[in-house]
Amino acid sequence: MEQIPHVLVHDRRDNVGVVVVENLTAGANLLCVVTEDDSEFRCALQQDVPLGHKVALRDLSPGDAVIKYGQDIGRVVAVIRRGEHVHTHNLKTKRW
Amino acid sequence: MGSATQTIWAYRRENGRIGVRNHVAILPLDDISNAACEAVAAHIKSTIALPHAYGRLQFGADLDLHFRTMIGTGANPNVAACVVIGIEPVWTQRVVDGIAATGKPVAGFSIEGNGDIATVAAAARKAKEFVHWASEQMREECALASLWVAAKCGESDTTTGLASCPAVGSMYDKLIPQGLYGCFGETSELTGAEHLAAARAASPEIAHKFMATWRAYQEDVIEAHKTSDLSDSQPTQGNIAGGLTTIEEKALGNLEKIGKNTRFLDVLTPAEAPNRGPGLYFMDTSSAAAECCTLQAAAGYVLHVFPTGQGNVIGNPIMPVIKVTGNPRTMRLMSEHIDVDVSGIIRRDMTIDQAGDRLIEAIVRTANGRLTAAEVLGHREFVMTKLYRSA
Repeated sequence: MEQIPHVLVHDRRDNVGVVVVENLTAGANLLCVVTEDDSEFRCALQQDVPLGHKVALRDLSPGDAVIKYGQDIGRVVAVIRRGEHVHTHNLKTKRW
Repeated sequence: MGSATQTIWAYRRENGRIGVRNHVAILPLDDISNAACEAVAAHIKSTIALPHAYGRLQFGADLDLHFRTMIGTGANPNVAACVVIGIEPVWTQRVVDGIAATGKPVAGFSIEGNGDIATVAAAARKAKEFVHWASEQMREECALASLWVAAKCGESDTTTGLASCPAVGSMYDKLIPQGLYGCFGETSELTGAEHLAAARAASPEIAHKFMATWRAYQEDVIEAHKTSDLSDSQPTQGNIAGGLTTIEEKALGNLEKIGKNTRFLDVLTPAEAPNRGPGLYFMDTSSAAAECCTLQAAAGYVLHVFPTGQGNVIGNPIMPVIKVTGNPRTMRLMSEHIDVDVSGIIRRDMTIDQAGDRLIEAIVRTANGRLTAAEVLGHREFVMTKLYRSA
């Protein structure tokens, strides 16, 4: 019987995953599943992150590219540690 | 599911196209004819008025688009017969003639020199005739893959890219090889995934056409008119609340709708009917739901599949819009708007392949006559795309 994942990751190259359950709070031991190949790993959640929002899977520095779907989705603009919330406060588009 | 022999019960129109609804449409040529059209529709049961905001003093490409949208809407196979009302006779007749080319019953009425009351009386008498005639049209058995099914996503979030858009992609991967016509659009919303979209064109020539269309929007519209970095519009506030941060992230999720194996055959201008045979098409559209759906219906698409994350409530007056979500919270809070629940994907108790089959089942049932959530809730958003200010 498979456990329900807390975080789904599109591609093995991704450095962020998506929280797919509600009411996750800091300290949770996340079950992360890569949808590409169904591989699993664990990650400790450092902040409360709502359903649908992203969590960092490794430490990131300003200027780094955030990778999701194996693709560049923007640049890091503030230090992010593994397990922290990634959103508009620390990630910006490279387009307009 | 989705086997080559699967059939639906639908209306075969005079030009051979397949419709899944049997509307008698009361179509205003222009904004000032809305009142007369709504009066006819209020009096004659089983008709539907299609009020909109434009049609006066337009010119050039914008006027061409207006006529293409008007004629395409009346000509859509979901419309059995059509009454057109305009302020003056010449442009009204132009729309009537365009619709008449399909062979379906259509009649035009103009208000100038007659007034609303006499026009409404004459138009209502004709509409009543059309309703009696339409009500005796019979559904017949047709191949599922003879449908034209468009797609567009809205109020997207990160579950859209994980679940509901891949479900649409699975459906397209299964039905397009059997002869289905598909359509995706949303030019601005492919920004960040434009290179991946271009790679899915059927030929280098079409890839070039796609990139030229995408670039033209960036340069002629965004660069010309933006007052900020667009971060409050693309992604929208709803997208951001749902966890999407950048346009690149939104675009990559959006593009999941076209599946893994399809190639698009052409780049259509807004409301342009596809003419390269069965397959997938890209249309140059806004990413605003009502504008995009209106253009796709005007191009001849008879059904629409609409993945949503945070819960878009869009409908269209003539084309049923099937709502799909993979977000369990939206399913819990807004279930009355959702036709297909694929939230099992993110719990890993449903595969994308199974979700595609579930969507195909919903397409079959909707084509056969089951009303969508948007139809039952009365969503009839009919919104013309306007290219620039009228003269």
